[in-house]
Amino acid sequence: MPDGLTLNKIVAQRGISIGEATRRVADLGWTPSYVQEAMTFPTDYKIKKSPRDPMKQVLRSYFPMQEEKDNRVYGALDAALRGDMFRNVEPRWVEWMKLFLAIIPFPEISAARSMAMVGRLAPGEELRTGFAMQMVDEFRHSTIQMNLKKWYMENYIDPAGFDITEAAFGRCYATTIGRQFAEGFVTGDAITSANVYLTVVAETAFTNTLFVAMPSEAARNGDYALPTVFLSVQSDESRHIGNGHSLLMSLINDPDNHQLLERDLKYAFWQNHAIVDAAVGTIVEYGTTNRDKNKESYAELWHRWIYEDYYRTYMLPLEKYGIKIHHDDVGAAWDRMVKKNYVHLTAQFFSVGWPVNFWRIEAQTEKDFEWFEHKYPGWYAEFGDYWKWYAKLSTPGEKAILFNGDVGYSYPHRCWSCMVPCLIREDFCCDEVDGQIYTYCSEICRWTHKTAFAAEYEGRPTPAMGRFSGRREWETCYDGWDVADAIKDLGFVRSDGETLMPQPHLIFDDKKMWKLEHLRGDKLGSPLQAFRKLTPEAREAAVAEYRKGFKINPIH
Amino acid sequence: MSATQEPVKSGAAGAAVFAGSDSRRYNYYDPKGRKATHYEDMTVDVQPDPKRYLLQDWIISFADGTPTYYEGWTQLKSSDWHKYRAVDQEWERTHYQRQSTIVGMLKNVIENGRRSGAPARFDKAWVKVLQDHLGAYKHAEFGLGTSTMQAQRYGYTQMINNAILTNSSYKLRFAQDLTLYLGEIALDIEGFDLDSGKTHWLEDPIWQGTRKSIETIMGATDYLEQYFATNVIFEPLIGELFRSGFVMQMAAAQNDFISPAIVSAAEGDYERNLANTVELFSMLVQDQQHGEKNRQILVNWAQTHGALAVEAANQLQPIWSQPRVKVAQFADAFDQAKNRLRAIAAEIGFDVRPIIGG
Repeated sequence: MPDGLTLNKIVAQRGISIGEATRRVADLGWTPSYVQEAMTFPTDYKIKKSPRDPMKQVLRSYFPMQEEKDNRVYGALDAALRGDMFRNVEPRWVEWMKLFLAIIPFPEISAARSMAMVGRLAPGEELRTGFAMQMVDEFRHSTIQMNLKKWYMENYIDPAGFDITEAAFGRCYATTIGRQFAEGFVTGDAITSANVYLTVVAETAFTNTLFVAMPSEAARNGDYALPTVFLSVQSDESRHIGNGHSLLMSLINDPDNHQLLERDLKYAFWQNHAIVDAAVGTIVEYGTTNRDKNKESYAELWHRWIYEDYYRTYMLPLEKYGIKIHHDDVGAAWDRMVKKNYVHLTAQFFSVGWPVNFWRIEAQTEKDFEWFEHKYPGWYAEFGDYWKWYAKLSTPGEKAILFNGDVGYSYPHRCWSCMVPCLIREDFCCDEVDGQIYTYCSEICRWTHKTAFAAEYEGRPTPAMGRFSGRREWETCYDGWDVADAIKDLGFVRSDGETLMPQPHLIFDDKKMWKLEHLRGDKLGSPLQAFRKLTPEAREAAVAEYRKGFKINPIH
Repeated sequence: MSATQEPVKSGAAGAAVFAGSDSRRYNYYDPKGRKATHYEDMTVDVQPDPKRYLLQDWIISFADGTPTYYEGWTQLKSSDWHKYRAVDQEWERTHYQRQSTIVGMLKNVIENGRRSGAPARFDKAWVKVLQDHLGAYKHAEFGLGTSTMQAQRYGYTQMINNAILTNSSYKLRFAQDLTLYLGEIALDIEGFDLDSGKTHWLEDPIWQGTRKSIETIMGATDYLEQYFATNVIFEPLIGELFRSGFVMQMAAAQNDFISPAIVSAAEGDYERNLANTVELFSMLVQDQQHGEKNRQILVNWAQTHGALAVEAANQLQPIWSQPRVKVAQFADAFDQAKNRLRAIAAEIGFDVRPIIGG
């Protein structure tokens, strides 16, 4: 064979260029003249400029690329089983996957649905191909995550909680946060939800903590499956970030959109922070057994991914287009992470509420304390006693920590906006909207409900903006219920009809596991309903008292 | 002693026996068959519903109070939307495998055909047919792709929306398949005008009925009307008529072995999309409570879209005369299309004869 002759050279033939292919594909669309396309998803934005497709990919190359990615994922799952991954996996970690994987498939498929909304709004056809690929990507993510969850259920020591996953998603107080995230992608103003909230903020900023930081921690806990699946998922995100940025550039071109963009960037950044950092921060910091002091804490990861990467290189450059960036909000979010213990307070709340979870949470130990103190100086003074109480009260027969007056924990209000409880007590606030009193975790969440999600914004009609609805305070659903009855109603009881699905420990022994009888007699209550019954003066006093916070009692 | 002092050993299934340790199936829904399929496990209940497990109801609404998902987004009603399962049982892995296999097959056919010099041997009159009419038809496929992309937002369950989503994915892929195929053979055929197809789509009277039919589907605000009009009406009366009744039958006689292979992929896609569609609409027609009302709505939709499609099909007739070697007749192909529609309608449970005769 002559030198330099390769198979590629033998079979190569002239083809159309990528640029020509994408130009031809973009030319498939046309402006209808017989019947106009239905414009069913409203927006208050104006989109005059056709967005460009930065990815220039066609489906002919997309499908084989994705199939190859899938082959690697499923091959790796098989390899993990052959390598007996579950023998060495840390149950502390996998338990949190019951929560995380109950939540995430619905936000993913909601993102697919949202492509219908932006696909029809964006003028021109170039980006429609990008939206179509994102739609199929999100279908991939949702079902590949359901598959991963099933795989855990089949192979992990305690499948309870995985087995009821989508039912649990609909009922649990913690998954409500994820529903707020997902519904935020598809409901209300189409650009606010499907472009700004989903692609410009959630996917561009927070998927890094969701799909990169979390897989790293999984690997440290002997779980090689989550990184395999989620890093593959994250590899699709660059396309989505490109779609979002391209549409954003079309919007930003019209100064008339700037007011709404500023509103939506403020709302979306704050709520993404409130939701994602609460959930992912807790899982990464409290679901791990790895206490290597050289690894980055969630706060350090946040600084790298959100502050340096997103705020400095994505948000700040928007200022040159005349958009006012809410620098203070980014600073406030950072302060909540490092000064106000946002993640630690969330972990405390999730663990206090363990009886109404559908996964296990074990106590943090001395080894964990040392790491937390190293990474978050002052942590031990604030949370050390709490976790000792938690360990002490994890044995059946003890009074559950949720109802145990010796501990000193004070059950929080729920934020009507982000759905995370109002855990940073000094920032707690309330307001009246449409004649009804609501509670909020922060001033920005109050603003989100009262000012952003309204029919008018700063004197400008916003008829397309969505509204908060439903029984948003979970505790309202079980106000006055005996906790054992509530757990039964939730379906968080194991197949014997008595043993709880959640446990405050990782002991896989019937004799050590909590049953309904251990909890019966204590009642759940709605802080909001009680708050609304107060007179204005009493309410003011209650707010002042709440802001003072509480102190966990010393444990002896 | 606190409970946490106990050591944890293996995290593997079977390492300990305790309450719930053998609960290794999703247990929150009833499988359609005796055992849950993998598709069902991947799909059922991912989109929640206040009638099932959504305790707090939808928590965001549109400005007018419409919730995130709303049964009233279609005129059709169901006693239980959650009973529906897509016949093709697609989830992401099977979808990518199938789509990837198709584009691989098409790429091979085109590459090998071009390498053998096949496009240069296509009959000259046929080249013009491909340029003008296959070039025009690709826009119809794109219209159905964007229409179903829109429709997949509205369904009341994950099963319905995912079936419509994969339908959209197939249509958009095929529109691109045709675009790239024509772009590639244009490299081998001197004077091949790639802009001609869109011009015919927008201006040629032969295609105006089809365009009107497609734009009517794209303009429908009822997502199930879009899904119905796509797969029950347009596909048999126009899509298959043109793809099978014209391109696949005529091409070989014009020295073209490539185009039928390209177009055959869409026929395979349609069989799956049709099966999913028939399953859904027959479920709705058989609904004990709403079946009769649903059937009447389908008849109304069939009348609206059927009339447009019949008119469009008749306008396409001159295309059958354009190839030099005439091996198929429009009348035969259209009869077959109408038979196909009658069979589909019968399967769903409504009578289409008042619209197309027979």
